[in-house]
Amino acid sequence: MTAHQQHPTPPTESVAGLGISLTGHDKVVALAGNPNTGKSTVFNRLTGLRQHTGNWPGKTVARAEGSFAHRGLRYKLVDLPGTYSLLSASIDEEIARDFILFGRPNCVLVLTDATALERNLNLVFQVLEITDRVVVCVNLMDEAARKGLTVNAEQLSADLGVPAVCTTARTGAGFDDLLDAIDGVVTGRIETSPHCPPPPPELRQAVEQLTPLIEQVAPGVPNGRWIAYRLLEGDHRVRQALLACEFGQVVAQQAAPPSPDPTPI
Amino acid sequence: MSDRSSNMTANEVLARADQLQRGLGEQFHDRLVESLYLEAQRVAARAVRTVAGRRSTLDSRIDRLVTSRVFGLPIMLLMLAVVFWITVSGANVPSAFIAGVLIEQGGLGGWLEKYLGITAPPALLCTSVYDLLHYGFAAAHAPWWLSGFIVDGVYLALAWVISVMLPPMAIFFPLWTILEDLGYLPRVAFNLDWLFKKAGAHGKQSLTMAMGFGCNAAGVIACRIIDSPRERLIAIITNNFMICNGRFPTMIMLASVFVAAAFPPYMISLIAAGAVVGIVLLGIVFTLAVSWGLSHTVLKGEPSAFTLELPPYRRPSILRILRTSLIDRTLFVLRRAIVIAAPAGAVIWLIGNVHIGGASVAHHVATFLNPLGHLMGLDGIILLAYVVAIPANEIVVPTMLMLYLSRGMMTEDILETPTVLRDLLFGQHGWSLLTAVNLMLFSLLHNPCGTTILTIWKETRSRKWMLLATLLPVALGVLVTTAVAAVVRALW
Repeated sequence: MTAHQQHPTPPTESVAGLGISLTGHDKVVALAGNPNTGKSTVFNRLTGLRQHTGNWPGKTVARAEGSFAHRGLRYKLVDLPGTYSLLSASIDEEIARDFILFGRPNCVLVLTDATALERNLNLVFQVLEITDRVVVCVNLMDEAARKGLTVNAEQLSADLGVPAVCTTARTGAGFDDLLDAIDGVVTGRIETSPHCPPPPPELRQAVEQLTPLIEQVAPGVPNGRWIAYRLLEGDHRVRQALLACEFGQVVAQQAAPPSPDPTPI
Repeated sequence: MSDRSSNMTANEVLARADQLQRGLGEQFHDRLVESLYLEAQRVAARAVRTVAGRRSTLDSRIDRLVTSRVFGLPIMLLMLAVVFWITVSGANVPSAFIAGVLIEQGGLGGWLEKYLGITAPPALLCTSVYDLLHYGFAAAHAPWWLSGFIVDGVYLALAWVISVMLPPMAIFFPLWTILEDLGYLPRVAFNLDWLFKKAGAHGKQSLTMAMGFGCNAAGVIACRIIDSPRERLIAIITNNFMICNGRFPTMIMLASVFVAAAFPPYMISLIAAGAVVGIVLLGIVFTLAVSWGLSHTVLKGEPSAFTLELPPYRRPSILRILRTSLIDRTLFVLRRAIVIAAPAGAVIWLIGNVHIGGASVAHHVATFLNPLGHLMGLDGIILLAYVVAIPANEIVVPTMLMLYLSRGMMTEDILETPTVLRDLLFGQHGWSLLTAVNLMLFSLLHNPCGTTILTIWKETRSRKWMLLATLLPVALGVLVTTAVAAVVRALW
């Protein structure tokens, strides 16, 4: 699952459809992660007091947004609901998934728990299936040290194909490296080549057959391959979304003014 | 855009996806998840090093034991049995005490003599609130129907519910909350996950079942933790197979009076606890069987994967346990029972005392229900009691006894002298062991109480699922009891 699309345009319109204003910002970073990985601590450490909270449009799920600047770029940081996966159909997972898929943030910062990295990688892989602009943050390094664990960030970066940085949000340790990694991904200075578990061959064939059909029915859909995977796994939300032309609508919202010929993906 | 999508519709794409999916085989989802987990394991193993050597914490050693394939389920059953045993053996004395204060003729006299050996207590202690109310109404020259309606109807139903329900709840809920606070319940879900997966349901359903132990309405609300609508419906519909606190005293009474009474006294609470564990297990069997049935008929689909975090074990906080179990649960459930028992008590008194054509309303209805009752190995009066008790399961037994004794009121003697009740029902009203066993089965398998039905409607917003959740257990109850009765009658 390595066919990833680059969207060189800034995501102004794409996130506007999801209720986010980009005024005064250059880049959008989404913060994803399992529950209990210190997401709000990282969020506060990055944004300080420059944040405000509200709800996701039409949902009762709280959303926090904040701002930070690094190397001359002004970032908008959007806190996604804490989830273990992007697969099943809870509202939290749907919000996180929709934002990563349709919002096309310049970078997704996936937070993981250093003391339970194996379990947390599940979400990392799922994000990598959707986008390649990912920075993995291995947080709670202080707790890991107390349990006698060390994490080799270079090894992890090499294995995942995206930057991985170890941090302790409570003290701020590792945050300079984290900001540099985000900068590297959003500017393209760091080239990523996400590594996901290779799918079984029969699945790859089925996906290759299905993807063009999906792109035909929902032109301009952000990641046809990913939707093909989800359909083959019997994901009801994705089925409904496709039937209700939700993908097309989001794309239409984003493509203002409507272009006569949507760019094929 | 529209002209480009003309040659294929979304429906056709979905049909193609289904076709391709069938080609992939049934195990493909599992294999995909497995490959994902294997990769996670491999990557994590390369990145993470343990510097302090292999340090096996106490937590992980306990986890290996309580979630082990061999010991996991037996340990769970043992814990359940211990909790029930403590509840059963601990609830008798305070139940009898409350009954003495509120209901019994002679007040606390009998209780003091039996448990403390005091033979001549002060006269004040030998009068119950029930006696006092009757004296009061008599002194005020109130008409018989007023004192009957208020004291023998409303008050007695209230007092009965409090004395029967409060002690077991006050013991059971703190014990249950301790297990919760320790972090044991997620391990239970872990142990049972494979069973639910086999049934086509969600592993978290065991957690909602655990909530159903306290109250089915609470269990139905707890089903919100299950994300997939299909699996949530299965969990909601089957939650009723967990014996809630309202039915719990009924089960304990039936188990100790009719099943365990034949054993020596020192074994009674042990046998009773065993019988209750048995009926709980039967409930789990029905939960799994019905889940399987639903997920292969009206609610078809694959069980969805989920991440279950086994939180670290925590030292339970005494204050929090007392607050959660006594105020949030015990008083909450008791309040609800009282609110429903009061009008129900009035109804019971009325149908027992309003006469049409020489017999009470209760008699007429019971006669009408008798053939069905007989078919099910029960009788018309028991079925009538279940109809009256639809608002709350708590009052099934008092209603039944009141109707049997046809005194227009309930009796509270049974906690003191189970054998009297046993002799009465077996001797005068044609009960047999079959009646007792089928009554336990029907208590497990009948419609949810009014509150739960309402909650199901609120959670599903669907009359169809509410009706199914209400009628399915009744149908099962009728079928199972009829089958048991038929087999027993054929053999004897």
